[in-house]
Amino acid sequence: MNSLPNSFRSGPDARGHFGIFGGRFVAETLMPLILDLEKAYTEARADAAFQRDMAGYRKDYIGRPSPLYFAERLTEHLRDISAASGRAGGAKVYLKREELNHTGSHKVNNVLGQILVARRMGKKRIIAETGAGQHGVATATLCARFGLECVVYMGAVDVARQEPNVIRMEMLGAKVVPVQSGTRTLKDAMNEALRDWVTNVHNTFYCIGTVAGPHPYPMMVRDFQSIIGDETRAQMQEAEGRLPDSLIACIGGGSNAMGLFHPFLDDSSVEIFGVEAAGHGLDKLHAASLTGGRPGVLHGNRTYLLMNDDGQIQDAHSISAGLDYPGIGPEHSWLHETGRVTYLSATDEEALSAFQLLSRLEGIIPALESAHAIARVVELAPERPKDHLMVVNLSGRGDKDVPQVGDILKGRRK
Amino acid sequence: MTTRIDTRFAELKKQGRSAFVTFLMGGDPDPATSLAIIKALPKAGADIIEIGMPFTDPMADGPAVQAAGRRALNAGMTVTRTLQMIHDFRKGEGSTPVVLMGYYNPIYIYGVEKFLTDAKAAGVDGLIVVDLPPEEDSELCIPAMKAGLNFIRLATPTTDDKRLPAVLANTSGFVYYVSITGITGSAAADSTAVGAAVARIKRHTTLPVCVGFGIRTADAARGIAERSDGAVVGSALVDALSGSLDAEGKATAKTVNAVADLAAALAAGVRSARQAAE
Repeated sequence: MNSLPNSFRSGPDARGHFGIFGGRFVAETLMPLILDLEKAYTEARADAAFQRDMAGYRKDYIGRPSPLYFAERLTEHLRDISAASGRAGGAKVYLKREELNHTGSHKVNNVLGQILVARRMGKKRIIAETGAGQHGVATATLCARFGLECVVYMGAVDVARQEPNVIRMEMLGAKVVPVQSGTRTLKDAMNEALRDWVTNVHNTFYCIGTVAGPHPYPMMVRDFQSIIGDETRAQMQEAEGRLPDSLIACIGGGSNAMGLFHPFLDDSSVEIFGVEAAGHGLDKLHAASLTGGRPGVLHGNRTYLLMNDDGQIQDAHSISAGLDYPGIGPEHSWLHETGRVTYLSATDEEALSAFQLLSRLEGIIPALESAHAIARVVELAPERPKDHLMVVNLSGRGDKDVPQVGDILKGRRK
Repeated sequence: MTTRIDTRFAELKKQGRSAFVTFLMGGDPDPATSLAIIKALPKAGADIIEIGMPFTDPMADGPAVQAAGRRALNAGMTVTRTLQMIHDFRKGEGSTPVVLMGYYNPIYIYGVEKFLTDAKAAGVDGLIVVDLPPEEDSELCIPAMKAGLNFIRLATPTTDDKRLPAVLANTSGFVYYVSITGITGSAAADSTAVGAAVARIKRHTTLPVCVGFGIRTADAARGIAERSDGAVVGSALVDALSGSLDAEGKATAKTVNAVADLAAALAAGVRSARQAAE
């Protein structure tokens, strides 16, 4: 394990590294553009007008702040579980309601920031990759709002299982390109987006959907998503007069988690949990890069990846298209190795159960991605005392998953 | 330290002509056929041989090279087998330089030091690693130079005069100018623009400048060879190979010749450039 830093919030270094992770592993064609982007973002970040602009759109277009909601019935249910096992505990569970954002997930926080940067850079054409389609929908939405051309790459498998979002993107004026190469999921969509960017580098801005890719993307996306944690801090102070005791969020690339976690990394009293997708099980097909992978280099950064002994990237699997990725953001890899964040996993089945549990107890249909986090809350909360304050990030709503989950449940009733 | 690449360019300079550089994916469509093809290339007129190391996620490759990589992986190609193939090639061929081209992850997982030692021992002369820009030189470029291997860098139309010195700083062997912004096998290179770009790069370096991407015919190869120190052809050769395969993607009796014949035609184009230029 690395020696612990004074602050967990100071990364990355000037070359974009979090410990050994991160960096800029891209083709030369892209390097000048990435250096331009780094410069543009550094200037934007320090520019009060940019921050003011972003704050305005966050409030009036996205609908922020998103509520921090005390999930009373879920809490009672988990206290019953605790009591039944003789523990008499059960944390107070709060949901950070990112699913109430315009477009239905946390993705819009990042896209807004990147589109404002793209506008500063004079870029008229935006490309994006998407898995579940939430990032694609957010990108298509902001492109419509600002009159920018939008092309979204999506694996052909994901196009089939996330049809509602494909229709939404097209309604918003975006061109959705089904990617037929490789495993036809998120990683291949990212390869295809990179190929587009290499080809159209003169007029195109690549809006990456998670805290991965070459520096400065992992840092920039984290900064844009940190609004989640910043608001949670203030809202918990207001609700309970103190910081939460634990945070929990699902992880694919890890942007919703990074956004919630980052403002709390230096608060040693706060336990932090990330939940990866264990798919069919950790000994079978899954998407748990930290639990089942090792450090390697893909898509512009060094991070934990699922791969074979020859360094070839392996297929990931998750019921949730948004988590179905063989890698993870580099800052998570670093937080894993330093031990600051504990990474757990949840299987497809556990996520499905949690999906139904939250729907029925709270009247909130979560995204399958977020259901992975709920699945671990169901285990963690009953073990904690009653005065324990747990915040789970509800990263997105489940509208997009309704047809897919409906089919699965219908199949089981037969 | 003089490498096979340096020696080859010195010979070509004496002959007053440009290099014909071939690219094929190692192990495509299977390791045995791939070895037979690269053995045929020097006779067909290849001055330098680039061999791709297949990778599952080749982010800068076009459809033809992607498919070639997939065929090779499906046929069981690995880093170890790629190095073994070079070793077998070297048994009968001591002078044609071999450059390995690929992505960093398979090398990183193999182990950088072990890879450099084994590559040198197998008879590899240079490396092109697409996703290692100068900003990441400490990963492989500097160790490769120390191990006596050339690290060949790509320069592109987006590499401006300000950035060129950084790109060229640790480059050796030759500079590979990518004539288009795009993936392999896409748009055709414009030879006039290429001439200007080569002249621009040559203001910054004494290294030979070879040009690739978008060269598909003997005429195009001649046009590029007239304006540079070498023409690199990849996708057209890969297409010739894939066109010779059977319905299941397996090699046929035609496969080796299909590639060698096209290579010979392209080599003739490059060799005629000297006369054309005179």
